[in-house]
Amino acid sequence: MIEVKNVTKSFEDKTVLHDVSATFHTGKTNLIIGQSGSGKTVLIKSLVGLLQPEKGEILFDGRNLLTMDASQVKDLRKEIGMLFQGSALFDSETVLGNVMFPLQMFTDKPYDEQLERALFCIERVNLKGAEKKYPSEISGGMQKRVAIARAIALNPKYLFCDEPNSGLDPRTSIVIDELLSDITHEYNITTVINTHDMNSVLGIGENIIFINKGHREWVGDMSQIYTTSNEALNDFVFATRLFQKVREYVVANEKPRP
Amino acid sequence: MLITSSLATFGRYCLFIRRVFSIPDRWRVFGRRTIQEISKLGIDSIPLVIIISLFIGAVIAIQMQLNISSPLIPSYSVGLATRDIVLLEFSNSILCLILAGKVGSNIASEIGTMRVTEQIDALEIMGVNSANYLVLPKIVGFVLFMPALVIICMATSLIGGFLVAVFTDIITVSRYVYGLQAMFQEWYVWYGLIKSVVFAYLIASVASFYGYYVKGGALDVGKASTNGVVASSILILLFDVILTKLLLQ
Repeated sequence: MIEVKNVTKSFEDKTVLHDVSATFHTGKTNLIIGQSGSGKTVLIKSLVGLLQPEKGEILFDGRNLLTMDASQVKDLRKEIGMLFQGSALFDSETVLGNVMFPLQMFTDKPYDEQLERALFCIERVNLKGAEKKYPSEISGGMQKRVAIARAIALNPKYLFCDEPNSGLDPRTSIVIDELLSDITHEYNITTVINTHDMNSVLGIGENIIFINKGHREWVGDMSQIYTTSNEALNDFVFATRLFQKVREYVVANEKPRP
Repeated sequence: MLITSSLATFGRYCLFIRRVFSIPDRWRVFGRRTIQEISKLGIDSIPLVIIISLFIGAVIAIQMQLNISSPLIPSYSVGLATRDIVLLEFSNSILCLILAGKVGSNIASEIGTMRVTEQIDALEIMGVNSANYLVLPKIVGFVLFMPALVIICMATSLIGGFLVAVFTDIITVSRYVYGLQAMFQEWYVWYGLIKSVVFAYLIASVASFYGYYVKGGALDVGKASTNGVVASSILILLFDVILTKLLLQ
């Protein structure tokens, strides 16, 4: 579990995150949602230590990231996998080379075992046969899947995804969402996904944190989002006519809870 | 203002270098990457070095003949002057200025692209010291291979002058070869090699520094590449003066 307590982050005189608190649960897909510029990327970069908040606590199962020394941060990072918006694959390495990278850097296993693990991860994301291809030779969706394979190679306890569906068609987006959801439940990972894809919100959002203008405005799950009275959240999630229709349908057909 | 920003940049460079010169996470990976960098930055530069050296050596020989043709100056002076110009300045300073353009822009744009495509962030999140992982093999590889490039440059330049003697009638081959051997000082070779090692370090580290701290997109990578080449070229010229004063006087 990751707990964020009263995190504040500013750039020069502009405060991007105001006293944000949130809890990201283990074995669940935790979504951070919000409009562009709302501060969600700053929050996820603060969570992984790429940005240093001025105030607050970020607790990884009780361990505060912001008070750790360099070696403790290094150890913690071995428990973290991250999927970047642009995949961030190493151009000079093949698919196999990219997935092997963390294994070669951080394990003392023999080469055969490293290879076996890398091939297992590649197969897990349904990319068997693409091992020898370079990132420039595969599609955006496949690149995302390679990045997921690389992120899970070391069996991480925490998985962070920054806009995993950006630039992908709806069908491929669903494939990536389902893969992330399956991996989260299969390996009991604390997964934090930063997204503004409404299909993801309504499809895999088990714990949703809505950020608006740097403030945490709402917390709930995908079923609660249909009936929320939060105006900003409604404007954001149900901005299109299609999603408004979906909400109307779901609310009209909702069975009363016992 | 200029002094303040220069000092700030120098401070950042020192902090960067401190991160670069730390113990690698995996020596085997470091060794493999160093060999790759020797191939990419060093061996791939050999054709360029040969072509430039051959022509410049020939041009120096022709210009020497034109400028010092006098009954008072022995004809072998052409070979002697060509050799000393090549050993003292061309094979190290001028060659490194040329390589600052080729190798420096290659390094800055490669690392800069990795920065803007979040590959460096990916390394950091995995717990890898990205400065050490990416930059140290480049510095070590280029510094190790630079003496070889200098020696190739020296030999090819003198061959360029030799070809002028063979294919033209401005100087005889025997006079040119005699000039090459006359009053030879071995220290000049060492002087050139020492300078080139310092220049190789400057090219690799300064270009890496500019690439590593790129912010923005493709346009900024181009700017960083240009800034890296300009800064390393100026530093080469500055250190050329300092090292010449220290090593030759």
